Amino acid sequence: MTPDGLVAVGLLGIVAPAIPGVAVKTKSLLTGRRGPPVLQLYADLAKLVRKGRVYSRTTTVIFRAGPVVALAALIVAALFLPLDGRAAPARFAGDMVAFAGLLALGRFALVLAAMDTGSSFEGLGASREVTIASFAEPTMFLCFIALVLAAGDISLSGILGAPLAAAWPHAGASLSLVGVSLFVLLLAENSRVPVDDPGTHLELTMIHEVIVLDHGGPDLAIILYGGAFKLTLFGVLVVSVLVPRAGLSGPAALALLFAGLGAVAVAVGVVESVMARVRLVRVPQLLVGAAALALVATILQLR
Amino acid sequence: MHDAAQIVLLLVVLSDLAILGTSRLSSCIRGLAAQGFLLGLLPVLIAPQLSVHAVSLAIGTVIVKAIALPWFLAWAIREAAVRREIEPIVGFIASQLLGALAVALAFAIASRLPLAAMQQPLLVPVSLATLIIGFIVLTTRRKALVQVVGYLILENGIYLFGLTQTESVPFLIELGVLLDIFVGVFIMGIVVFHINREFDSLDSTRLTELSD
Repeated sequence: MTPDGLVAVGLLGIVAPAIPGVAVKTKSLLTGRRGPPVLQLYADLAKLVRKGRVYSRTTTVIFRAGPVVALAALIVAALFLPLDGRAAPARFAGDMVAFAGLLALGRFALVLAAMDTGSSFEGLGASREVTIASFAEPTMFLCFIALVLAAGDISLSGILGAPLAAAWPHAGASLSLVGVSLFVLLLAENSRVPVDDPGTHLELTMIHEVIVLDHGGPDLAIILYGGAFKLTLFGVLVVSVLVPRAGLSGPAALALLFAGLGAVAVAVGVVESVMARVRLVRVPQLLVGAAALALVATILQLR
Repeated sequence: MHDAAQIVLLLVVLSDLAILGTSRLSSCIRGLAAQGFLLGLLPVLIAPQLSVHAVSLAIGTVIVKAIALPWFLAWAIREAAVRREIEPIVGFIASQLLGALAVALAFAIASRLPLAAMQQPLLVPVSLATLIIGFIVLTTRRKALVQVVGYLILENGIYLFGLTQTESVPFLIELGVLLDIFVGVFIMGIVVFHINREFDSLDSTRLTELSD
């Protein structure tokens, strides 16, 4: 573990709440509104942290542990990502399975916390969240398989680092497909339009928002921060695949990464302003489409 | 030129998958038009040097496949007032998965075909994939108009396969094929129009019932 890598993860953690802010700002500007400031989430988090905790008597320790476990899983997952484009703070062969597992653990903790409240709305939201995840996860693994085949390395540091950069000249088409597929995955995993609408306030139509309805104060702050952090993690995946940064020096690579994250956030905002949310029954189709892209990318590598 | 052709071929596969996944007829036709345009680019990108043969083939393809046929199909859906394929025999998700499987199959078969080595390794697998996906659309959709789209995708696959032999196929034959397709689709369009007027529906399953 290098101190540089940890500093990079720390920086990522500090920047994370601004990423959804950029997406919301883009959407607001494109739809002719002024929108909240880009740094709004920091203010929200500061406000929530100062509030007290209120727990329903029907909830147990699972409910209290949910947000913490979810955020911890995401932070550990971040350690596997090569933020400077070369090597991650933590790496071992096959760590992309651990990465996917940690994301799944985070979701599992939140879903359990939602079920723990005993509210029927939250149960509904939990079931939808897991349904979408069950389509998103195979897509993610297909993307990883294509990347592994392209880079010839089986750790995230390899498939997002230098071996990937070396593979770009002869596998560019396939890697761009993976990038697009990962972007769709980013939208689905982070409950953005067209899969879920983060702006909605009707329990029946919400997916991610509804499972955190009963959390308040610091717990909600952790969940909101975790959401922003997860969006950032997926942004790192997309940027790392599309813009290999192995040839740059550490600070330059990080600067390029953050610029890329901003671009991804703008892209999310653009998607949100030009598309409506698709019906729930069409969401699997969207994700299967993304999986088909990843599959074509994999086939191109196998050829 | 080589890389550009590869990207165009990939986009052709993507347009196939997009057509498989959409229920809206107008998006289907738009996908088909995009595919036709991509097919029109290919002769120029593949040809070793710019020849009159390649350029005129490109122009003819774009005019027929990207402008005339889509325009005609768009006219047909406006006349017949059908908007969506409601109940395909195989669902959209399943048919998209089938499409991905078809792509895999095409790549597997293409590597085994006893063909002479070509400078475009993607051309044969993509043409096979397009052929199979055309078959899937043709057999799993109920609306006659989408079946026409499937037929055209099938034909696009054959066209792609023909591109492997651009140097040896005379120009006139290719133009003849394009004309045949155009006339074929024209007749289909008229038939579709009459089916619609007769039955108030374009559901081809209803054609199996005999009545007078």
